[in-house]
Amino acid sequence: MKKILAQIKQYKKDTFLTPFYAMLEVVMEVMLPFITAKIIDEGINKSDLKTVGIYGGAMLGAAVVSLIAGMMSGIHGARASTGFACNLREEIYRKIQTFSFANIDKFSTAGLVTRMTTDVTNIQNAFQMCIRIAVRAPFMLISSLVMCFIVSPKMSSLFLIALLFLAVALGSVVAFAMKTFSAAFQKYDELNASVQENVSAIRVVKAYVREDYEKKKFRKASGNLYNMFVKAESIVALNNPFMMLVSYSAIIAISWFGAHMVVGGSLTTGELTSLFSYIFSAFISLMILSFVFVMISMSTASIKRISEVLDEEPDLADKAETIKEMKDGSIDFEHVDFAYFKGENKEVLHDIDLHIRSGETIGIIGPTGSGKTSLVNLISRLYDVTSGAVKVGGVDVRDYDMEFLRDNVSVVLQKNVLFSGTIIENLRWGNENATEEECIEACKSACADEFIERMPDMYNSHIERGGANVSGGQKQRLCIARALMKSPKVLILDDSTSAVDTATDAKIKQAFAERIPGTTKIIIAQRISSVEKADRILVIEEGRITGIGTHEELLKTSETYADIYNSQAGGGGDFDRPENAQGKAVSTGKEGE
Amino acid sequence: MPRPDKAISRPPKMSKDTFKVLGRVIKFMFRDYKIHFFIVVVCIIVQAVATLVGMTYMKTLIDDYISPMLKAKEAAAEAGKAYIADYSSLAASLGKLAALYVVGLVCSYAYNRIMVNVGQGTLRNFRNELFDNMESLPIKYFDTHAHGDIMSVYTNDVDTLRQFIGQSIPQLINSIVSFVSTLTAMIVLNIPLTLLSIFMAFVMMVTTKNISMKSGKFFGAQQKDLGEVNGFIEEMLDGQKVVKVFCHEEKAKEDFSKLNDRLRDSAFNANKFANILMPINANIGNLSYVLSALVGAFMLIKGWGGVELGTIATFLSLNKSFTMPITQISQQMTFVIMASAGAGRVMDLLDQTPEKDEGYVEFVNAKFDSNGDLRECAERTGTWAWKHPHKEDGNVTYTQMKGEIVFDGVDFGYNDDKIVLHDVKLFAKPGQKIAFVGSTGAGKTTITNLINRFYDIQDGKIRYDGINITKIKKPALRKTLGIVLQDTHLFTGTVMDNIRYGNLDATDEECIAAAKLANASGFIEKLEHGYDTVLKGDGGNLSQGQRQLLAIARAAVGDPPVLILDEATSSIDTRTEKLVQAGMDALMNGRTTFVIAHRLSTVKNSDCIMVLEQGRIIERGTHDELLEKKGKYFQLYTGSFAEN
Repeated sequence: MKKILAQIKQYKKDTFLTPFYAMLEVVMEVMLPFITAKIIDEGINKSDLKTVGIYGGAMLGAAVVSLIAGMMSGIHGARASTGFACNLREEIYRKIQTFSFANIDKFSTAGLVTRMTTDVTNIQNAFQMCIRIAVRAPFMLISSLVMCFIVSPKMSSLFLIALLFLAVALGSVVAFAMKTFSAAFQKYDELNASVQENVSAIRVVKAYVREDYEKKKFRKASGNLYNMFVKAESIVALNNPFMMLVSYSAIIAISWFGAHMVVGGSLTTGELTSLFSYIFSAFISLMILSFVFVMISMSTASIKRISEVLDEEPDLADKAETIKEMKDGSIDFEHVDFAYFKGENKEVLHDIDLHIRSGETIGIIGPTGSGKTSLVNLISRLYDVTSGAVKVGGVDVRDYDMEFLRDNVSVVLQKNVLFSGTIIENLRWGNENATEEECIEACKSACADEFIERMPDMYNSHIERGGANVSGGQKQRLCIARALMKSPKVLILDDSTSAVDTATDAKIKQAFAERIPGTTKIIIAQRISSVEKADRILVIEEGRITGIGTHEELLKTSETYADIYNSQAGGGGDFDRPENAQGKAVSTGKEGE
Repeated sequence: MPRPDKAISRPPKMSKDTFKVLGRVIKFMFRDYKIHFFIVVVCIIVQAVATLVGMTYMKTLIDDYISPMLKAKEAAAEAGKAYIADYSSLAASLGKLAALYVVGLVCSYAYNRIMVNVGQGTLRNFRNELFDNMESLPIKYFDTHAHGDIMSVYTNDVDTLRQFIGQSIPQLINSIVSFVSTLTAMIVLNIPLTLLSIFMAFVMMVTTKNISMKSGKFFGAQQKDLGEVNGFIEEMLDGQKVVKVFCHEEKAKEDFSKLNDRLRDSAFNANKFANILMPINANIGNLSYVLSALVGAFMLIKGWGGVELGTIATFLSLNKSFTMPITQISQQMTFVIMASAGAGRVMDLLDQTPEKDEGYVEFVNAKFDSNGDLRECAERTGTWAWKHPHKEDGNVTYTQMKGEIVFDGVDFGYNDDKIVLHDVKLFAKPGQKIAFVGSTGAGKTTITNLINRFYDIQDGKIRYDGINITKIKKPALRKTLGIVLQDTHLFTGTVMDNIRYGNLDATDEECIAAAKLANASGFIEKLEHGYDTVLKGDGGNLSQGQRQLLAIARAAVGDPPVLILDEATSSIDTRTEKLVQAGMDALMNGRTTFVIAHRLSTVKNSDCIMVLEQGRIIERGTHDELLEKKGKYFQLYTGSFAEN
């Protein structure tokens, strides 16, 4: 909450001016019935047209001031709230940028997007309501009360009792409603989940002809939601009747006692009319206040969700003094244990002790979930080890400047993406200042040049969002080229050639050997053929290195390796050639979804 | 796949469409809540009348009671007598007022309470109908619409209607009722002053219209900018890991700031106009009040039209309640504009044409009677038949379900102008295993999507046991096909529930047997709660391989005559794949199977392998035949490519 409010920043002035003008507006509005009483008592009653004119003029003046104050309050309020929302989005975005992989894993993309749009909008509205209406309403209430006392202290006590009753009634409505609403919003999530599942799994639903089954499930969820909301809202529905009960009673009481007082001479007719006005505006402000409370309570869910992001501690931080020099591309794992969630016993890597020489090519093979990706992610410090140490160039990765480390340890991720923009733009992610020649060089090393050059706009061809208009293999090769742009000391390919055909795969590996011999290369693969020629191959099973050596050695020493080799024997075992003969982007845009 | 981000940003603006679409919302509400709504309207009227009487009571109070009493008092004072006021008639009058108030109170509660049911009920019905319609939409719809967009209809868009139905509609009715009743009361009281008030009200309405249009325009811009920010965040967050690996945070932030600032500006303008509307209207109302006071005072003093003090006092409070409805309506305008934008998208989804199904051939359990004729029967016999009613003579014929699938010169394109499959011919005999191999985008998945009619073909025919599949009812057709899709999707629920998805009638034992067949039982039994483990978020707590094993078990439990396995083993490591393979072989036994394969092991023993390239079958034959041909398959298989 505090962190959220801290985002008001440069809009502090607007934030203060809004309620200020709102109060001015209220003062003017409160004056109006007062002046009306004067018009009636001193002007009309005494048939004094001049007095009517004077007070009429005063009223007009008050109305103009009220108008200007109201508009100013509105404009400042809009600026403060939209500016605040803008800062809040910026801050969330900034915060996400500081997240480590572990932090990112915790939130889903959809969840973060909702937080930055819907939730921020909710808060923006609640904030605007707070500084404009929530200030206005109590102030109106107090002003009316004060004016009431000025007009008739005796009547005011009556008024106070009514107000107290209303406050208690509305207060309890809000309290009950808040509780039920938060329960209702939980049902909302269930409904959302149901829709989401059906949208993304529509093929499964249709393939199994489960439409009616799903409809029944959905009806239950929407029925639950209905029940919860009806429960919550029927409490809120009491607001209006309560308000009416009090104002009706007040009218009758004031009529009765007022008549007595006027006849008794302690109150004038004009004052009686203004009393009516004050009482109404006081009740209305209470009403608005209760509505504001309900609105704010509805936005607390959003506040909570945003706080979750802002309060998330990035679990990787640079040390105060960081090293910005790397001797070479040697890598040392010293008795490394690793678990994704600290405190959980689910260790994914156990006691890894491994030493890789600079310039060496290392292949990694192992079943799904054995810890291959986790192992390499520790090198570029995408996660921190639980115990032990990972060293690059003889220095603990935690001692490097993170940006420097990642510029020198280039990773091609398993789940990789391209961004909308031209090919060149995508490549320059690796090095902003790269010349076109350098980009082309990198593409040659990644064997991406051949298909790029067959595209109509070559290196300026546009890549659609997520790289949707290039094939899987083309995408992988572009990602490799992008990683090469950094001229890294260590290059890590995490299953990055799975959609590339065997021959091209071999060509890429060949190019690596020729073009970047000094770079340490770590290659994770499913296919033996991808790692066969590596200097050393690791076999990883259940978070442990169970075999290490050259292809020939492992065939003899590692049963698992031999098993995998035999199951893939007789060819690449992969028919998924990445592109057609023309090398033109083949994308139906539908297949494979 | 490209996700067109349209639909996010249809700018809401005031136009005829606004009212048309909201009219549909109201019609929809009427459909289920006619009587409710009628009661609500009656209650609102009664309550408004009660409030109005209360408002005008001041005139009665002053003119009929206070003023006469004051006069009597003065007269008494002049006569030198003590004045004893008689309040009994006032008490009686107040008693009547109280009774009316009680009625008003009851009505107020009644309509507020009923509106809760009407409002929430209408939202529920909207959601249900949206869902019903969504389930019947063709796959194409889901291909061409961003999933986030579809979901947002159920939440964001339906939510805008909550405010509209729950508050704006009763408020509007209330406003109209009090406007009309106040107007009537004003006319009765004093016509010149009424004319003045009407003129001021007119000024207010014109202002409201102008400002709302302005604000509406900016709201449109705001929605558009919001859509852009949304798109940007989505893309960047999807690739957040890449952003990190490339230390690209700063650059990404700059681009974001630009979009974010633009959104702030349009949001500011939209809110600004919405915000100033209220003070402007309120003060035009004040102006109207002052003018009425001045003119009224003038009339009273000059003694025109026989106005009394009470009349003026009452008229002034009426004047307030006359302009109030307009202010209230203008306050609701923002919600109305937002609701119309939301309603537009809701209606858009409701109006989508459902998947057509002109099929009439049914799929039934069957057995052979003593004559060796096929007969329909209720119980499961392991024999199935196509029930084919003939329109011309009303005869019904039964054809035994065998699982023979024939493609005859099939052309297909997702759009008519871009054909992706050309002249596909294939013949799958019952029990045969047919494999498709080829590069990404060659059309492998597409072919299988045609068999279950996720898409309809442009030209040619697909026959299932000799019956054109367009004649088969889609549910019947799909029930006979067991499919394991490329992307595994699991549902929230237990492991058992997820397996049972393949056949809702399956017993626990059958589900477990299916899991064993697919070799999924091993990992399931190791889970904390075994088959009762609850899966959440698309089975996020399972590995990709485990999820695929479950998907295979799910297909197995349906015991379908035809199987389609789309790269079902792609994410399983080679060793696990062996386990799966054994299970699948058992599953495939005796069934016609289409396999889209990634790996050699899956296709080697196929009866026929189809090599696809650019939507054409370029080679076909058994593994050995194809190797002998030394064509594309040989190249793919041996990995020996001709140099480019």
